[in-house]
Amino acid sequence: MAKIEETKIDAKIPAGPLAEKWNYYKSHQKLVNPANKRRLDVIVVGTGLAGASAAASLAELGFNVLNFCIQDSPRRAHSIAAQGGINAAKNYQNDGDSVYRLFYDTIKGGDYRAREANVHRLAEVSGNIIDQCVAQGVPFAREYGGLLDNRSFGGAQVSRTFYAKGQTGQQLLLGAYSALSRQIGQGKVKLYARYEMLDVVIIDGRARGIIARNLVTGKVERFFAHAVVIGTGGYGNTFFLSTNAMGSNGSAAVQIYKKGAYFSNPAYAQIHPTCIPVHGEYQSKLTLMSESLRNDGRIWVPKKKEDAEAIRAGKLKPTDLKEEDRDYYLERRYPAFGNLVPRDVASRAAKERCDAGFGVGNTGLAVYLDFSSAIERLGEDTIRARYGNLFQMYEKIVDDNPYKTPMMIYPAIHYTMGGIWVDYELQTSIKGLFCIGEANFSDHGANRLGASALMQGLADGYFVLPYTIQNYLSDQIQVPRMSTDLPEFDEAEKAVKDKIERIMKVQGDHSVDSIHRELGLVMWDFVGMGRNKAGLEIALEKIKQIREEFWTKVYVPGTTDGVNVELEKALRVADFIEIGELMARDALMREESCGGHFREEYQTPDGEALRNDEEFSFASCWKYNGEGQEPTLLKEALDYEFIQRQQRNYKA
Amino acid sequence: MEKTINVTLKVWRQAGPKAKGAFELYKLDNVSTDSSFLEMLDVLNEKLIKERKEPIVFDHDCREGICGMCSLYINGHPHGKDGETTTCQLHMRRFSDGETIVVEPWRSAAFPVIKDLMVDRSAYDKIIQAGGYVSVNTGGVPDGNAIPISKIKADEAMDAASCIGCGACAAACKNGSAMLFLAAKVSQLALLPQGRVEASARAKAMVAKMDELGFGNCTNTGACEAECPKAISISHIARLNREFLCAKFQD
Ligand code: SF4
Ligand code: FES
Repeated sequence: MAKIEETKIDAKIPAGPLAEKWNYYKSHQKLVNPANKRRLDVIVVGTGLAGASAAASLAELGFNVLNFCIQDSPRRAHSIAAQGGINAAKNYQNDGDSVYRLFYDTIKGGDYRAREANVHRLAEVSGNIIDQCVAQGVPFAREYGGLLDNRSFGGAQVSRTFYAKGQTGQQLLLGAYSALSRQIGQGKVKLYARYEMLDVVIIDGRARGIIARNLVTGKVERFFAHAVVIGTGGYGNTFFLSTNAMGSNGSAAVQIYKKGAYFSNPAYAQIHPTCIPVHGEYQSKLTLMSESLRNDGRIWVPKKKEDAEAIRAGKLKPTDLKEEDRDYYLERRYPAFGNLVPRDVASRAAKERCDAGFGVGNTGLAVYLDFSSAIERLGEDTIRARYGNLFQMYEKIVDDNPYKTPMMIYPAIHYTMGGIWVDYELQTSIKGLFCIGEANFSDHGANRLGASALMQGLADGYFVLPYTIQNYLSDQIQVPRMSTDLPEFDEAEKAVKDKIERIMKVQGDHSVDSIHRELGLVMWDFVGMGRNKAGLEIALEKIKQIREEFWTKVYVPGTTDGVNVELEKALRVADFIEIGELMARDALMREESCGGHFREEYQTPDGEALRNDEEFSFASCWKYNGEGQEPTLLKEALDYEFIQRQQRNYKA
Repeated sequence: MEKTINVTLKVWRQAGPKAKGAFELYKLDNVSTDSSFLEMLDVLNEKLIKERKEPIVFDHDCREGICGMCSLYINGHPHGKDGETTTCQLHMRRFSDGETIVVEPWRSAAFPVIKDLMVDRSAYDKIIQAGGYVSVNTGGVPDGNAIPISKIKADEAMDAASCIGCGACAAACKNGSAMLFLAAKVSQLALLPQGRVEASARAKAMVAKMDELGFGNCTNTGACEAECPKAISISHIARLNREFLCAKFQD
């Protein structure tokens, strides 16, 4: 069992009624005056929705911003791939939405494992995000009258999701990218593309800069700032196969964790129910089909096992099955929400059917998502207008026409709710080090609702961090720019170079990818959709072996000068191994089921997640104790002051 | 059901920006036709690594056709010859058994090679930095529904906004012009009331930047439209020209 420390974790939540906390905070926080802003440097790592919006907004306010990304352009960040939409409590549809309802749905969707005050703030600023994006020229979908259109999404009974075709993430990111580009053009943001952060530099207990590797020249460089902001996304690629981009990684999070930032709730990973099933060993990633498809698509498997078997053997086509031979299991189990139950519920239900032998596809690990009744009802043209690009993407990958035959889908790792612990100000447990977007743990509890990731990333970057960071920086105006020749920079750089050296020296015979794949399989088998004590213990053992294997058998060709993609991947995989272990550890510690964390030992008689609020109503905060040492567990108690916790129920 | 093919790859290898490059031949057997083009390259790279050779460097990230990071000239076409497809979405079922596939980097004066198939496309970012935005700061903007926008205009803006900034247009153009990329952004913003205000100034600033960065002139060959993976229409170039002329008149 983990070492537990009973330090009280202070999230610095402002006092007062829930709905007034954020306003109260803003009216009482310290600010930095314009002349002083010019003297303060802020490093923002990452250019996704959170990173780009934060970098742009901070520069607009007058701070000097240094912005880093690993891709060739800030516009490539993986936020770009989000398809479905962004939630906002605008109540444009007059269907009863409100800030409170969005707050409530998010808390409930997160299975009562998020912080009330953060989530309420998120719901409060959600409307501003839409206004901001419209002003930037984001081409949201509109109705014929010219007003903004909405759709509904899983876990909600109102239509509050704004969208831009099936490319909402792309359009929002390009909006943030254009705001960022404007600041780069004006010289207020200095962009470092194709740079990878390799460590944070701490001076006198405060974050004062980073060490980054220029991915083109291979040079390891030093950067100073008065504050550092991490917006590098989630760690879903620990599983090797995920819907994340190939370069998405959790390394910045691991680096700061090792420097003392707490890692919270690593076990909370989201398995997205609608992905294209795994189809081959060479496969490099999984492709998500937007959850918005569940608005019009109906999910089913054959009712009879023999039909499922015949389909798997290629002897029967899904279109041959009569209505009464199909089991629309979500509609059957959850009449109130039907196909629109939250993601974790939908994923587990698919696994349950496939495990029971009703799965389709040649592997048996797939279920149908069928549009035939929607096409009958609305016509093919309407469906094409709504989902055309998604259908096209599906057809390109699978070589099947989803207008004619049902899509096949299966759950895949998609998003990580866990991440770096932050307080109400989005500050980590290291002073001057902030963490935003998916990289932090803050708003989604144990499960994230659809269309809420975009909302959180932009809320953090546009409307929260630009305020809260000033409360910190106001104390820093006397601090002069520091030289990067200080011993702390020397030391951090040396550690980075030593690590690179160590990896290059192994010269074993395993490719980086082969080790990563191995890790991914262990994660999927034992730390995936269904977890149990014995399996998690096996996972911990296996991950230990994989770590050993990595450090003795990995082979990185080439040199450290210039582009070396294998070296980049090796550095990231070394960190995925650390995260994988932390995920398994956290999952083992949490003896309950909640949201995306499902412990098979803890379920209701009808197979739903069974929380244990008595013992586990806390956010786990893991504190690093050095290489080879067990981390210490700290707990941030989650006191529900305003909402009464309930067993989540999507049935009635 | 899964099929496999054998292919020969003729790949451009170049050690660095200043190094002299050359084609190299690789044979790859039993390639699953269900794998994507980049997965096929992954398999080749695994093989090279096993042989303790340096793997081929190429850009990619999302592998679902949206980030714009993948590139590659495949058999003489940027993103291969399939219409409306990025390299990462191209599948091996489009190739035949025994085929020789030629793989080159983007070739354009404004996109210098970094290594092998990886090029520097930061010139596209610089064009956006010159004016590809609406000049609003965070906060203090009107309600999202304050200005109704016709659905037709919004949809047209969305089509223009689908550009993924991949660079295929300039790579496909014999003049090396970035006009389609630039026009897509100018057009998107000019169609919306929010962006209309700065439309002419934006067009002028972006065109000036494009010229400065060494892109060629547009002579309407249409090669860009034919090769664009997102079917961005050259009608946007006409709109750009209108905005550009307006700017000239105002001078
Ligand atoms: S216009 Fe088309 S080809 Fe050119 S960058 Fe955009 S998506 Fe690529
Ligand atoms: S890798 Fe993102 S578009 Fe091809």
